[in-house]
Amino acid sequence: MPEILKRAKPLAVNPLKASQPIGAALAFLGLRRTIPMLHGSQGCTAFGKVFLVRHFREPIPLQTTAMDQVSSIMSADENVIEGLRVLCEKSRPEIIGLPTTGLSETEGCDVPRLVREFRHRHPEFASTAVVPVNTPDYSGCLESGFALAVEAIIDTLLPAGPGPAPAASRSRQVNVLASSMLTPGDIEAIKEWIEAFGLQPVVLPDLGDSLDGHLIDQDSTPLTLGGTPKAAIAALSGAAATVVIGRSLHKAADLLRARSGVPDCRFDHLLGLDACDAFTLALSEVSGQPVPPAIERQRAQLQDAMVDTHFMTGFLRIGIAADPDLLLALGQFLAGVGGEIVAAVASTRAEVLADLPAACVRIGDLEDLEHAARAQRAQLIVANSHAAPSAQRLQVPLLRAGFPQYDWVGGYARAWVGYRGARQALFDIANLVLGNHHDLPVYRSIYRVGDVDTLARAPSGAGLVRQ
Amino acid sequence: MKTAEIAQLLNEPACAHNRNEKSGCARTKPGATAGGCSFDGAQIALLPIADVAHIVHGPIGCAGASWDNRGARSSGPTLYRIGMTTDLTEQDVIMGRGEKRLFLAIKQAIDDYAPQAVFVYSTCVPALIGDDLEAVARAASARWGVPVVPVDCAGFYGTKNLGNRIAGEAMFKYVIGTREPAPVAASAHRPGIRVHDVNLIGEYNIAGEFWHVAPLFDELGLRILCTLSGDARFHEVQTMHRAQASMVVCAKALLNVARKLESDFGVPFFEGSFYGISDTSQAFRDFARLLGDDDLAARTEAMIAREERSVRAALEPWQARLAGKRVLLYTGGVKSWSVVSALQDLGMTVVATGTNKSTEEDKARIREIMGEATKMITDGSPKALLQAYKDHQADILIAGGRNLYTALKARIPFLDINQEREFGYAGYGGMLELVRQLALTLESPVWRKVRAPAPWHAAAAAGDALAVAGAPDA
Repeated sequence: MPEILKRAKPLAVNPLKASQPIGAALAFLGLRRTIPMLHGSQGCTAFGKVFLVRHFREPIPLQTTAMDQVSSIMSADENVIEGLRVLCEKSRPEIIGLPTTGLSETEGCDVPRLVREFRHRHPEFASTAVVPVNTPDYSGCLESGFALAVEAIIDTLLPAGPGPAPAASRSRQVNVLASSMLTPGDIEAIKEWIEAFGLQPVVLPDLGDSLDGHLIDQDSTPLTLGGTPKAAIAALSGAAATVVIGRSLHKAADLLRARSGVPDCRFDHLLGLDACDAFTLALSEVSGQPVPPAIERQRAQLQDAMVDTHFMTGFLRIGIAADPDLLLALGQFLAGVGGEIVAAVASTRAEVLADLPAACVRIGDLEDLEHAARAQRAQLIVANSHAAPSAQRLQVPLLRAGFPQYDWVGGYARAWVGYRGARQALFDIANLVLGNHHDLPVYRSIYRVGDVDTLARAPSGAGLVRQ
Repeated sequence: MKTAEIAQLLNEPACAHNRNEKSGCARTKPGATAGGCSFDGAQIALLPIADVAHIVHGPIGCAGASWDNRGARSSGPTLYRIGMTTDLTEQDVIMGRGEKRLFLAIKQAIDDYAPQAVFVYSTCVPALIGDDLEAVARAASARWGVPVVPVDCAGFYGTKNLGNRIAGEAMFKYVIGTREPAPVAASAHRPGIRVHDVNLIGEYNIAGEFWHVAPLFDELGLRILCTLSGDARFHEVQTMHRAQASMVVCAKALLNVARKLESDFGVPFFEGSFYGISDTSQAFRDFARLLGDDDLAARTEAMIAREERSVRAALEPWQARLAGKRVLLYTGGVKSWSVVSALQDLGMTVVATGTNKSTEEDKARIREIMGEATKMITDGSPKALLQAYKDHQADILIAGGRNLYTALKARIPFLDINQEREFGYAGYGGMLELVRQLALTLESPVWRKVRAPAPWHAAAAAGDALAVAGAPDA
């Protein structure tokens, strides 16, 4: 178990962390015909929007209650009601996500009460669900904000009480609770994986359907253009099983299990052979079907890649900085192919860090990562785009993972999970290592006579092969 | 910051927004607001000062999503690109430990990064719990002997525009006038050329674009005492009061600095732009005029003639490709007309321009440049923009990065004109980059491919197209 080193500096330098409200907004973006509205100043939303737009290269629906100086002090409750009304009137969303921010939490707002008030005053908008969630940015990180929003979505949109008895048509349904570490590309891969067993996945939240980056027939939409439908959330109780990916979602999973009565199996991540095997086995058990030959083949391909690349990944000294779920996933994956996690930085504290295969984990920023990586002579950095200048100073390659990835096209589409995802990750890591190979420093013997340019030239023609 | 102080900044007398009808600086509306906050605006205005440690005092929401995301370039120090924040915790907020953390954070920044100065930006949460930014800055400055400048710019004070002014106010209050400029280096003296000191205000060197223009200043003997704030250094900002003239570049944002330099130190200013050939030339002429140096005026005309000749020759092959293309321009304030000049130089037609953030004065300029019939767009929602694009049969949308993916989703060519862009368009040289980027998107073969339906859908739409195609004599 690694030693957890607490934050020791008053100043965070080159922050690793993104805020809880952004994480919550991201979770809501995985729901269909939805728009999140942050309860805070307009800047909270503007920054969040730019952050997500640059990562996903997509238009991002995100609104604000636009608290100003007067309302921040005298009460911004009316801003919430008015904001909800305006959104309902303008675009009739199915769902409005309502995360709070540091500003509204410091002011001390009670968002669940405000939603009740809105319901009372505007019964005409009853068809739009509103999901409030407390996500101050002075605690947690993107991952925890995302998890809190998923929990709030279940709490608000899944009716209490025993669910309907699983109908025959639904018995093939598998719910997937997906952590913020999963990219839209990951979600697509997970859905295919589940479908390969004849099962029907319902992913919450389904970023693979909303932020995968696809052109649509309409020119524009003020809401999300895909994601988990509201009706599908209400129908989670009809599933045969729930799979939970990422330990940050355990509280949400507990709630889902209690509400729905659907049994669940939980996975910390789906990176690397062992994790993929556990998931495949679970799907085989849930479906009662043998593992399809195509997946057997992918597994064999991954094994082949592991053998091919172990020369590059073995003893590889790696520095990783990420939110806790992703940090554990990358750490176990890379340690599983012989790598050594010599520097590990997490954005916040989480129980999951105890399982990281490293001597210590620091709760900190990218400056901490840079210092640790330098001290430990790391050969590869795995972190978000902000680590690019650090990697450059350290003269080691950077594998981009996590949020944000703004200097790299298609980070959101990358599938890390699954046998194929792991194989591609191994190829990419091996190539980064090969591309940064350092030869031994040249040694010149004291007895050796100088090179050609320092000696008198040899007689012309000597040593040449005559044609 | 007191309400009265905010009101004063909002009523900036030199700002044309405040003369007639108030079309700018409108109040924000819950559920229907776009754009950044005052903290955002203050940070944008000052962050390019390269040798300063910029500390954001607040929880992670403010710096976490915004550090190192602007395109301003530095020719030297890169300290400004290091993200720094006090990353306040729940305990800090509840127990009121924010001030102490900030004090120690300033020490850490000074110890580890040896900055020329530290700028501290306050945000909503510390403003709400009452952290005394100015007192901490004063104490830290006294204790460690490095200038510490408080920028009181909580997001809830208002818009980005207000934040710009707050930043300007902070520079005026704490920095400008605290140092005398160094004499011109002997090596920089050239016989027959009298050196004049000037300021540029509101130029950010996005993508390094000012380097297209800077050599011409050197050539004419115009020493840029300070650019606020592209590629600037702290000591340069300190000396701005000694300039002989200032140019406010393409923005109302820091007008208060220019006005106060004029009223307090007698530094005259003019407003101008480096976008487009005619505007760039006009800017140099205005400098010569304000400085009242006949020799400079003559050399300026010669330089302009030479540069215009050369850039027009280089643009000629592009002009044929771009002439007649129809542009929908949607961008804030001054850029709503300043970019027009650049596009007209290329023979393009601006069919409509956004005036949401423009003043009456801006609108008058637009009419003057584009004619009375010009369509002005006030609704900047994605839907309205796309509708305007269709109505005016435009070929390209030129707007800020915020609208980039709106355009691309609708499969229409786009040029990014705002802060985050990767290419520099300023000056004569910038025009060549501008035409390249315009042609690149306008002429791209991808548009045809993404607009056409899939062949199986096309066949269905065209009835028995397959049968026709398959007919031997078709």
